[in-house]
Order: sequence, then structure tokens, then C-alpha cells
Amino acid sequence: MEERTRTDLENLKKPNGSSVVSLLQEVQEKYNYLPEEILREIAKERDIPLIDIYSVATFYKAFSLAPKGKHKIVTCSGTACHVRGSEKVAREISRVLGIEPGYTTKDGLYSLENVNCLGACALAPLVVVDGKYHGNVTPAKALELFKMYTVHEKEEKEEAGCRCATAKELAK
Amino acid sequence: MNVLHMRLKTPDDLDKLRDDIRQKQEKDKSFLAVCGGTGCSSSGSEKVREVFQQYLNRHNLKKKTTLKFTGCLGLCERGPVVIIFPQGIFYQKVQESDVEEIIEKTFLKGEIIERLLYQDPVNGEKFIYADDIPFLKKQKRILLGNNWLMEPTSIEDYISLGGYQSVVKALTKMTPPEVIAEIKKARLRGRGGAGFPSGIKWQECYDAVSKQKYFICNADEGDPGAFMDRSLLEGNPHSVLEGLIIGGYATGASEGIIYVRSEYPTAVKNVKTAIAQAENLGLLGENILGTGFHFKISVSTGAGAFVSGETTALVAAVEGRLGEPRQKPPHLVERGLWGKPTVINNVETLANVPYIISYGAENFLRLGTEKSGGTKIFSLVGKVNNTGLVEVPLGMTLREIIFDIGGGIKNGKKFKAVQTGGPSGGCLPVSLLDSPTDFEKLNSAGSMMGSGGMIVMDEETCMVDIARYFLRFLEDESCGRCFSCREGISRMLEIVEDITRGKGSVEQLELLKELANVVKDSSLCGLGQTAANPVLATIRYFEDEYFAHILEKRCPAGVCRDLIRFSINEELCQGCDLCLKKCPGEAIRGEKRQPHTILGDKCTKCGICLETCKYNAVVKI
Repeated sequence: MEERTRTDLENLKKPNGSSVVSLLQEVQEKYNYLPEEILREIAKERDIPLIDIYSVATFYKAFSLAPKGKHKIVTCSGTACHVRGSEKVAREISRVLGIEPGYTTKDGLYSLENVNCLGACALAPLVVVDGKYHGNVTPAKALELFKMYTVHEKEEKEEAGCRCATAKELAK
Repeated sequence: MNVLHMRLKTPDDLDKLRDDIRQKQEKDKSFLAVCGGTGCSSSGSEKVREVFQQYLNRHNLKKKTTLKFTGCLGLCERGPVVIIFPQGIFYQKVQESDVEEIIEKTFLKGEIIERLLYQDPVNGEKFIYADDIPFLKKQKRILLGNNWLMEPTSIEDYISLGGYQSVVKALTKMTPPEVIAEIKKARLRGRGGAGFPSGIKWQECYDAVSKQKYFICNADEGDPGAFMDRSLLEGNPHSVLEGLIIGGYATGASEGIIYVRSEYPTAVKNVKTAIAQAENLGLLGENILGTGFHFKISVSTGAGAFVSGETTALVAAVEGRLGEPRQKPPHLVERGLWGKPTVINNVETLANVPYIISYGAENFLRLGTEKSGGTKIFSLVGKVNNTGLVEVPLGMTLREIIFDIGGGIKNGKKFKAVQTGGPSGGCLPVSLLDSPTDFEKLNSAGSMMGSGGMIVMDEETCMVDIARYFLRFLEDESCGRCFSCREGISRMLEIVEDITRGKGSVEQLELLKELANVVKDSSLCGLGQTAANPVLATIRYFEDEYFAHILEKRCPAGVCRDLIRFSINEELCQGCDLCLKKCPGEAIRGEKRQPHTILGDKCTKCGICLETCKYNAVVKI
């Protein structure tokens, strides 16, 4: 980690005088969250109190202090989505995953987020899975959608499992 | 001709380039426009475009037509939308499987495909041409109109449509004070929220003495239910750059910054492409078109904070600090970005500037009302038939927008209210449907123009729930700096939540009003000052709903979870088991072919049974 952090910081320092926000944006993009070690490094390199970096990291919605899951599910609760029943949809997804918005499932597969508006209001209610927009979602449709992803995930696992098996066989 | 390798040194060079492009495009006047706006993309328009492209390639039709993947056409609910030019034939909900038929029948033979036509949601009338569809006919699209004629990132398309002519006019024929005078004369008001007259802002910045000045374009669109700026930046980024260049020239700024939400990746991408194209051609950068004016534009992406849309907070965010508002004065023209005089205009405001300069303030004024000129883009969403983006002259009545353009309320329900102005605005009842939509009228009705969200609500929308919704939004987005905003909103939310649970009292309602006024009077920025609006406006027009929750413990709209329950009408239930299988809470019991029942203690009130029942046997009480 130590080594990786240092090279990253070298890269991050390049855009001359880039602000803490843009530094954190780059880190977030790279790791999908803000690892504590890197925040500590930035504080040291830039000679900024860690608490200031922490306050920026927790102020903006784009930053996360915990690692994100493999699949990112975002439910929108903009006004248009709300009047068309997004709360019921969000509750259903939350129930199925067994996590509240802002958290990641224990197996690390799904992260759930609830945002205030995604800006595709004409298709409300909206659910975004891994960047793909799904419009006019109802609680029942959300369940179907979720099933689709879990099936896909299972297939992938099995496929990976198969490959491992063949590799093992070959090793023999 | 690859325009990216040219450099325009004079305005004549630009004219020549425009002639060249037009001459070339004349040959293929017919083209197919596939909408690539967010709405249509989500409905699969990218795939449709691919199939079109493959088909055209395969059948050697590339020379006969051009395929354009355009910005948002507005009618998002009916996407993917395809328009066939030059006739302007409008097809909706186009699927990949329709592509072949569209090319073979409509494009090559001029035959119309009935099933893809737009059908009026009220009287069922079908329309062939885009211009005849009431949704589009009643609009005045001076900002969105070019969207379907061009690829967003084609500077050739933009120039051929007359792009950058207003920059030439301003830079070569007008002095900065003349530009400002024109903007003032046009009575252009900010389209981002507060509606401040843009000409005055520009004048103050022009008057400020400083070697360095900045012009920021606020594209941190955060109002829930609004996506106008997104569509402008995604669909026609050059028009915003043009406005920004003219703004810079008029105010004496040499640097422009576009502060855009990182949640809008396509907007960020398209704007960056447009900047690079304009720089390459010499329309941005040093000595623009040989006029001696230097201007550069950079993009700064926001990390997501609603309060950062407030101007002083936005400056802090661009500087990479915590995007919190500060006390004013000093105003931004005195101390803005990096301490220098700064003007901030919203995306839509800037997109209006090229029109005003090209066509003159008088023509702009003809479109609006006496006090403010031009058009306004609204995102017409919620329980309305034709959801999407609409651009109308300021002053059009709410009824015209919602019923004539929007096609009325979904599923034949009754109109209850329309919410404008985002979390700072309010809900307007049926009695105000005939009032004109302009800055003054909306303010006096207890709402505001805001950035242009227009969320239509029907009889199944609970107004107390809407107040709760906005309070929760504001509680989440308040930066917490002012005590009154931070604590006041939370306390208001507690009261409203109590009411939605049937635990409220009449005394609490009084306390709520009192709190609302305190928060309004004692907060630093716009977020807190207007935080009470959603509460006060819903109480003002829908007090009876509050009383139904408080006194009768009843939610008339059937929304508030604690006050409703689901039940099965035994006479209608066929015992088909569908709801039983779908119920995630295992709350439905019953033998096959026998009427089922819902177990109240297990029911999570998700409504899936109501959604899935084919016999309308599930009811909400």
C-alpha cells in the first residue's frame, strides 16, 4: 500500500496546484472510494490538517469513505420520482438487499445509494444500475430487475468456477 | 473537409467556412435524427442508432442521407424518438426492429408507418409531422429548436445553423457597454433560480476595476425534478460557450469557468469537446477571430452538494474548498473567484445571449412579458401525459403548459397541484391554473420560477407528504452552518412526519408555521431563507389535507403509509395466486380459486399486489 500510495500521489500532484476537491475526485475515481491511507498521505504532503480533508470528503456526495460494491445501484428520489412512487421502489430494493442506502452488502456485490435527483425526470421513477438508467420502475419491476442481475452474477460465478476447475485439471 | 485543422483568423474566414459547410450539406438535405437525450437513451436509442447505421452501411445508403444522433428533442416519455427530414416525420417509441421498415417505407418511398405515429393522449388523433404535434406546436423553441438539427459535438452543424455569428457581431460591431445595454433592454433575467436581471450583474462587473475578472457558468443543476441545463449542455454545448464568450467580452473577463455536476458525464464530455473544437478553430483563446479579444474557458466538475449552487458557495467549490455559502456583502463583483470580480450566470441564461445579440432585444421582448423577455424551458414531469422538456414564452398560463402541451393528467385522474421552483418553491392549486407563468405571478402565489422544474401532481399525491419530502431533502442538503436552518428544518420535519403518521395535533400545525417563519427570517443563504416555502405553500392551499391527517387520521390521497392499508375485495378476487406469489412479505393467504386475504401485520405496504392484480380486486383504504 505504502508504495502504491506514493506513486499515486506523484501522479496526483501533477496538475499544478489542483485543489483538494479535484485530488479527492481523482482518488475516488481510481479506487471507487477514499482509502484512509491516501487521505493521510495527502494531508502530510499538502500540509493540510486531516480534519479539513475529512470535512471535504464528507461534505460532497460523490465521495465515499468505505469501499463500494461490485455493482452500484442508485435510486433517485427527485420530486418527479417521488410523486410517481420512488419511495416504495427504494424501500423494496433496500429490503431485498438487506441494506440501507449508503451501505454495501456483506459479500461486496452491491452498493445501494439514494440520490436527490439524477436529471432524467421524464422517466420517473428511476433506478440506475452500474450507470444504466432504468425508467418507470415500480416495486414489482425493481424486483424483476434485481433478479436479472443476481442471475447474471450467479452465472458469472459459475463460469469462473468452471474455469478454475479446468485450470486445476490441467495442473494435474 | 476537416475543420479541426483550420484556424479562422477573421470574421470573413468564419463566413467562408459556413458557406463551405452549407454547400456540402445542401447535397444531403435529407437526414435522420435519432434522439440521444437522456430519456431516449435510457429507452434504448443508442441501439436504434447503431442498427440504423448498420442498415445504411449495408445498403449503400450513406450517400443519400446523414444519420444524426441529436440532443434532447423534448418528448422524453415517448422515446426513442426518430425524425425523418426534410419532411419532419415524427416517429415515437422506435425499436431496433422498426429500423428496416422506416428506411424501406418512409425514407425511400415516403410511406407513413401508422403504429409509430404520435397519438394524442386525450382524443386519440394521430400526427405525422413533428411541427403539428400539439406538444411541439405550442412551444417557442429558440433555445431547444436547433437540438434536432445537429449533432451536439459537431461544430460544423452548429456553424452551418448560424453558430458563432452573435460572437462576431458582438466582438466586431458592438462595444462592451452596447452589449450590456442590449441585455438590459431585453430584460433578461437569470434562469437559475432567483431571477436577477442579468444586465445589471454584467454592468456591475464591467464597472469593477480589476485586471483579472472571471465569468462562471453555473451548471450545477441541483433542483430535484429539473434537467433543462443538462439537456442544453448535452444537446447544444456551443450555444452556451457562445453566450459565455459574449459575457466575458461585455464584462471584461478573460476567463470563463463552467461548473458542472459530475453526475452529468455526457454534459461534461460534450462541453469539453466543444471547447477543444472552438479553440482549434480560433473561436476561443488568444485574439479571437483577429479582434484582439482573448478568452479561455475551462471546466470544473462539482462533487455533488445542492447548496453549492448558491453563488458564494459555488465560488468556494470552484476554488476547491468546502462549498458553503458566506455572508454577502461583499458581493461577487467585489470579491468573487480568487478574490476577483466575478459574474455567475446559469446555463440557460447564457444560452439566451446569442439570440438576443443576433436578433436584437426587441424580438426577444416580443416573446415574453412586459417585465421579462424571452422564453423559459420547463421540465414538465410528474403525473402528466407528455413528460419532457418544454420551452414556452414567459407568461404562458399553467393550464396551457400542463393541458395543451402536456396533454393533461395521466390515467384520466384529476389535477391537484403543480410544483414549481424546486425546494424553494411551492405547490399551486387548481384555482391558479389560469395565471400566467412569469417571475412576478409565481412569487405572489407563494412559489417561484426557480430553475424550471414543473412537477404535476394528481389526486393521488398527498400534499403533506410533499412537504415532508422537501423538508427531508433540505435537511439532507443544508450545510449546517446556520443554526436556524440546520435545526429549524429538522424540527419542522419532525412535526410534518408526526402528521403523516397520524400523530400530529392542531397546536403543532401552529408551531410549524411559526418555525417556518423563523427559519425564513434568520438564515444566511437562499436555501434556508426559502426552506419554509414548500411547507407554507402547502398549508396555504391545502390546509384541509393537513386537518384530515390530524383530526381524522386519514390520508385522502392514500399515500401516507401509516394511514393506509391494503385489502382484497372478495367478490372480485379470482384466487389466481398471482399476488400471493409476488408478495415479498408473504402477507397474502388463500387457497387457489378461492378469495385471498391480506394479513395486516405482515403487510409491508409495498403495493405490489395492487400493481399485479389483473381483476382490480386489491384496494387501498
